[in-house]
Amino acid sequence: MTSRQRLWFFAVAAAGLVACYLWAFAGLPGFGHYPGPYGQVILNEAVKQTNATGVVSAVNFEYRGFDTVGEEFILFTAAAGMSVVLRKLRGERAHRPADETGSAAAARPDQAGSAIRIPALLLVGPTALIGWWLASHAQANPSGGFQGGVILASAFILIYLSGEFLTFRRLSPVALLDAVEAVGAAGFAAIGLAAVAQGFPYLYNFLPLGQTPGAVSSSGTIALISFFVGLEVAAAFVLIVGELLEQSLLRQRSA
Amino acid sequence: MTPAALMDTLQVVALLLVGAGATAVVRTRNRVRQVLALSVYGILLAILFLAFQAPDVTLSELTVGAVALPIVLLLAISKVHKRAQPPEPARPARPAQPDRKPER
Repeated sequence: MTSRQRLWFFAVAAAGLVACYLWAFAGLPGFGHYPGPYGQVILNEAVKQTNATGVVSAVNFEYRGFDTVGEEFILFTAAAGMSVVLRKLRGERAHRPADETGSAAAARPDQAGSAIRIPALLLVGPTALIGWWLASHAQANPSGGFQGGVILASAFILIYLSGEFLTFRRLSPVALLDAVEAVGAAGFAAIGLAAVAQGFPYLYNFLPLGQTPGAVSSSGTIALISFFVGLEVAAAFVLIVGELLEQSLLRQRSA
Repeated sequence: MTPAALMDTLQVVALLLVGAGATAVVRTRNRVRQVLALSVYGILLAILFLAFQAPDVTLSELTVGAVALPIVLLLAISKVHKRAQPPEPARPARPAQPDRKPER
């Protein structure tokens, strides 16, 4: 194919793309004018039905709970796959004795200056608190377990950023992370099955909804599911980052 | 300026910033700087989502786009860099900074 032919080929393809794009664009609803009834129905009914003032959480963990189970297991599978792939590499290198005798200094390759250490350490507490609050109070805030879990995991990452890899590892042993991740993922599925066992549809909100919308005791299974999701996501992220850190440290030690 | 006009302005500014940010990420040649640009771009996207009244997506974007993804990418880059380097006889006092190395 000469460059001239290629150019023609590209011109035809690009013209087709532009034409189809503009055609599709003309059929879109106006900006901010969603035509379906679903959004309006949810806005009117969600707080009354679930006693959760965080309507996004109500959609994620109640109306669309089944989708969220799938999403959670995507992350679960990703973390599990990552551990499997990276663990094999780690085993290969464990034959070298030099890797095992890494001193404390070698295990902390990034000697962070105090300009990084102090803010990072100061932020650990507030970050963990925000993550915990988001994950455990999904009925009252607009996010829930996913965001809370990632923020909770960032608290651990901040500990690493402040140059404390050994502390990071001691606070997050892999066995514990595996257990927490499994409990989080299984807890979500188990809540769904508990509803089935009582004769309700899967993930039916069978717990008492409480009196006051948005209170800690309100929203039944929504807050509970979000809490389990928070555990799962936090453990999965710390696991993934921990595995990657270990990888780069191993290279450093053997170099 | 009415609140509605103010909101429109905010949304347009956020859209323009996201466009500029995406271009900056693509135009950055150095990989480590590109990751930092990506992190800033994540924050810009979060502002965009907030201006379009999606606080939950804002939080997701802040945590995943601006924090988690850059960390995973940085770790992967540092790993690949070390493999590409020949092993040095003596450890330097500070590890070689990847962004000082020429890209090609």
